[in-house]
Amino acid sequence: MADRLAPYAALLASRVRSQATYGRSFALDVLGSAGVGIFEFAEVYIIFANVDALGGLDFAGVAMVFALANLAFALADLTVGHLDQLPTYLRAGTLDAFLLRPLPVLAQLVTSDISLRRLGRAMVALVILGVVLPLNDIDWTGARIALLVIAPLAGAAIFAALFVLAGAVQFWLVEGGDFTAAFTYGGSYAASFPASVFAMPMRVLFTFVVPATFVAYLPTLVLLDLPGPVGLPQWLGWTTPVAAAGIWSLAALGWNAGLRHYTGAGS
Amino acid sequence: MIISVKDLRREFVIRAPTGRIWRNRTTVHAVDGLSFDIAPGSSVGYIGANGAGKSTTIKMLTGILVPTSGTVRTCGLHPVKQRKALARRIGVVFGQRSQLWWDLPLRQSYRTLAAIHRLPAAERTARQGELVERLDLADFLDTPVRQLSLGQRIRGEIAAALLHSPELLILDEPTIGLDVLSKERLRVFLAEQRASHGTTLLLTTHDMDDVQRLCDRILVVDHGRLAYDGTLPGLVTRVGVDRVLTLDLNKPSPPLTGIPFTRLVDVEPDGLRQRLAFSPQETTAAAVLAEVGGRTDVRDLTIEEPDIEDVVRRLYLASPAPPR
Repeated sequence: MADRLAPYAALLASRVRSQATYGRSFALDVLGSAGVGIFEFAEVYIIFANVDALGGLDFAGVAMVFALANLAFALADLTVGHLDQLPTYLRAGTLDAFLLRPLPVLAQLVTSDISLRRLGRAMVALVILGVVLPLNDIDWTGARIALLVIAPLAGAAIFAALFVLAGAVQFWLVEGGDFTAAFTYGGSYAASFPASVFAMPMRVLFTFVVPATFVAYLPTLVLLDLPGPVGLPQWLGWTTPVAAAGIWSLAALGWNAGLRHYTGAGS
Repeated sequence: MIISVKDLRREFVIRAPTGRIWRNRTTVHAVDGLSFDIAPGSSVGYIGANGAGKSTTIKMLTGILVPTSGTVRTCGLHPVKQRKALARRIGVVFGQRSQLWWDLPLRQSYRTLAAIHRLPAAERTARQGELVERLDLADFLDTPVRQLSLGQRIRGEIAAALLHSPELLILDEPTIGLDVLSKERLRVFLAEQRASHGTTLLLTTHDMDDVQRLCDRILVVDHGRLAYDGTLPGLVTRVGVDRVLTLDLNKPSPPLTGIPFTRLVDVEPDGLRQRLAFSPQETTAAAVLAEVGGRTDVRDLTIEEPDIEDVVRRLYLASPAPPR
């Protein structure tokens, strides 16, 4: 296994080295990314200056949804956020270079960049999570602790799959970046609010089409032992890894079809 | 056969808007029924005009592009279905597309590539040492690629493509944009690799010196079809390109017309320099010179070999593409 992963470790190490070359600009990037997280949280805070509860959750609950969603998204953005830049790779001929190496193209693409600056946003989410967890009334059991660890990771996997799908769509669309961003960044936005505030069609869309509510809201229902809104029972909160597996199988199919389209259509 | 191509075809559908809604679909036959075999250890020049189908062929040979029909076997493998296995056995250099990491020095790129190809440490050290020495890379091994000159970068690219000791090296316009000296050094290096490691070379080029110096066989492709397969002298004979004899004379002389089997190309105004074209099949430079010597004093002379681009152009003219 270690032998199989060695090429990717080397690829990632080369990326980390190149980012560390420009220390000051890297530090500014990290700060900027942290700033994005802080401003988004400010939005939640301002809403709560005007209401006491949002979608059945109090401020601590909504902050937890926000923190879990942001942590998951930041982790996915960190590792595969560059996938929606696929047209740039296509134009630069990078994909042809990948096809000439004895590794799967998607694995090379994922490891061709790692945006360490996005650690800034992940840190902000982690800090908010650390602060709001004690403010929530959670009946800690072994299963709930496990869920707290698994949810952000499975959530990151869900967003990563969305990025892969967004990348796959770019094989067909010449300039589809804005269209796919609606699903990746839009999914992230939807995930950071309690789904109970959405109207029913949106709730279904962001659960069963784009599985955004699985990332933070549904696990939060389990952690706080709250009943879900109509259509979203609490037990769904345990199934975040299942949702991740589901969207990943779709992403893998989409990616392979996209790559076949690319080698079939030429550049 | 290290490369085997049978009745290979590749079409592209070009959609051009003809109005607000409708788009015109045109099918372009980029490669149109190519068949050829390449034996291991040979060195083949793949030449043709822009758009003749050279790059399309190379993409199909290397698994980047799926053929519309026909078969391709490279190193005995199906390039698309066995892409990863094939990638371990071939090296590819695109003169205008980099395979290196622009922000990393060559040394780190090679370390990463060695990991990608899972080269054992000892093998990698020995091979990299050889390539660094023969391509003279030592001076800029630790400079980020984006700071390298074009000549340095191409040498770096070729070393990257050869690091895993591929049995087949495919070069797409390797010498484009290089100065004369860099081109020559690159040719010497490639000839040397072929001699010492038995590496098969397939190169596309517009530079006819590349063909003359490196290739023992040329394939000329025109409109996606094979227009010629053989040696360079054979091609020159077939299209019958003339040699040009440039004569510098001691005193202004009248135009040298009427010399048997020659054609007067031009006379400089004072008649001090005159150029005669002749075919080596019909007469010799010596016979022409003897005839000229009877009329005037020759101070100096040069003989121009046919320019291969001219040869290819004549080949195209001789066999125009049949209407479709």
